[in-house]
Amino acid sequence: MQTTEETLQDLIARMTGDNKHLAAATSTLDAIWVLYDRVLNVSPETIDDPDRDRFYLSKGHGPMAYYAVLAAKGFIDPDALDVWRTFDSPLGMHPDHVIAPGVEISSGSLGHGLPLGVGTALALRAQGRDARVFVLIGDGEFDEGSNHETMAIAGRLGLDRLTVIVIDNKTASLGWPDGIAKRFEMEGWLASTVDGRDQDQLYQALTRETDGRPRAVVAEVLPISEGSAA
Amino acid sequence: MTAQVTRKQMRTVFAETVIESLASDPRVVMLTADISSWFFWDVKKEYPDRVLNFGIREQAMIDIAGGFALAGMRPVVHTYAPFLIERPFEQIKIGLNHQDVGAVLVSVGASYDDPSWGRTHQGPGDVALLDTLPGWTVHVPGHEDEVGPLLRKAIAGDGRVYMRLSERANGEPVPVTDGFTVLRKGTAGVVIAVGPMLDQVLAATANIDATVLYTSTIRPFDHAGLRAAVADARANVVLVEPYLKGTSSHEVNEALTDVPHRVLSFGVWRDREARAYGTAEDHDKLFGVDPESLAASITRFFN
Repeated sequence: MQTTEETLQDLIARMTGDNKHLAAATSTLDAIWVLYDRVLNVSPETIDDPDRDRFYLSKGHGPMAYYAVLAAKGFIDPDALDVWRTFDSPLGMHPDHVIAPGVEISSGSLGHGLPLGVGTALALRAQGRDARVFVLIGDGEFDEGSNHETMAIAGRLGLDRLTVIVIDNKTASLGWPDGIAKRFEMEGWLASTVDGRDQDQLYQALTRETDGRPRAVVAEVLPISEGSAA
Repeated sequence: MTAQVTRKQMRTVFAETVIESLASDPRVVMLTADISSWFFWDVKKEYPDRVLNFGIREQAMIDIAGGFALAGMRPVVHTYAPFLIERPFEQIKIGLNHQDVGAVLVSVGASYDDPSWGRTHQGPGDVALLDTLPGWTVHVPGHEDEVGPLLRKAIAGDGRVYMRLSERANGEPVPVTDGFTVLRKGTAGVVIAVGPMLDQVLAATANIDATVLYTSTIRPFDHAGLRAAVADARANVVLVEPYLKGTSSHEVNEALTDVPHRVLSFGVWRDREARAYGTAEDHDKLFGVDPESLAASITRFFN
């Protein structure tokens, strides 16, 4: 199917009941769409291929954009969106990879996706595979100490097949003076900050050549108020 | 006691077994957080991508193990008991259980191997904590010769396994089985000795008409083995465990649902911290698991 911005909004509306832009649902939409549409070498047919790229949604809260993209790309039956959160549905408010088609990790509790991604990136390296790992976290989630342990590990070990995308809508309670990208740079990452709603900027940053360093892309997204236009 | 001089620590056997498995099984990766990392310095030169020390970062280490397992590898993860199970407990719950992947977690330090280190280095709640999560196999070897067979089997599988190593060990090993081994038969009751508690239990029951069961695998709990023992003796069950008191009493009750029975549990206090240093033997006395205290308590209970 020819997927457009409008198609994705319609898919999200099957979960939210309206087609307005709910910030919690859509702050991640452009980043996840760019990944599945232009970056990742994964499809419903290759979801179990050990050489596929991995996408780990660590920010499991508000997964509507994720489910919509997976539906648009054929991993999930769009009809499943209508009954999400019900007892027999594989789709909940936080994704469970054991039951949700196309979902690579179970998430919701903050601070697990990045270390899980580092473990997988290390495993792929040990197995001699070229597959890449992309992990999406939020700026509030970045507060978790486990992320800081992991940021140091990935930098020291030069995990150049690993990319973290930080959706930054400035919700971290105590903030990150000078921005989040600087923290990653200090730990040996190749970091950049882009407009999180500009798909071309996201694509450039997510595919930028690295020099042996892991890559961090901070995607700034201003919270959109109810009813405003995107 | 000359044999004592040449005996290996359980931790040494663990390291030797993992090093062998790195050569024989390409799925195996060894993860440390500084503790014991020195055992693996040499082998890391051979397998730089499969032997990793993350520094003192236990939360990340457990989730990283989950990430390895998601890609089909077999992580062995090691540090002190409180830092392996208690500190990163949510990582175990989410990074391993909720992802539905396995790992082999191997601790040292136990409950009070050397109490002079203080409370921070004691992990008596580890087995009880894992009891709140489904699907864990828990090994508590009582002798260094039991470590290799248990660990090789754990590494060859793909489930979630916790192995609790101790600096304390019994004088003799018991052949490794999945459940209880009957070491002595009696009629007044059944005493279950877990791992390194065996020598004390054997000494305590030398003059008591008790059946003595031993196990180095406490989860899953051998319900059939206990029922068989209780069929031949009065249903007075004594649990002597090297961690939190009563950790397995719910399993005893589950096994004997339809059998009128009594249970007496020994282990580390639940209701207060032992704010004392000293030796492991001092703490045995404190918790009533030295041979003399055990003998007196079991005799009272059976009568």
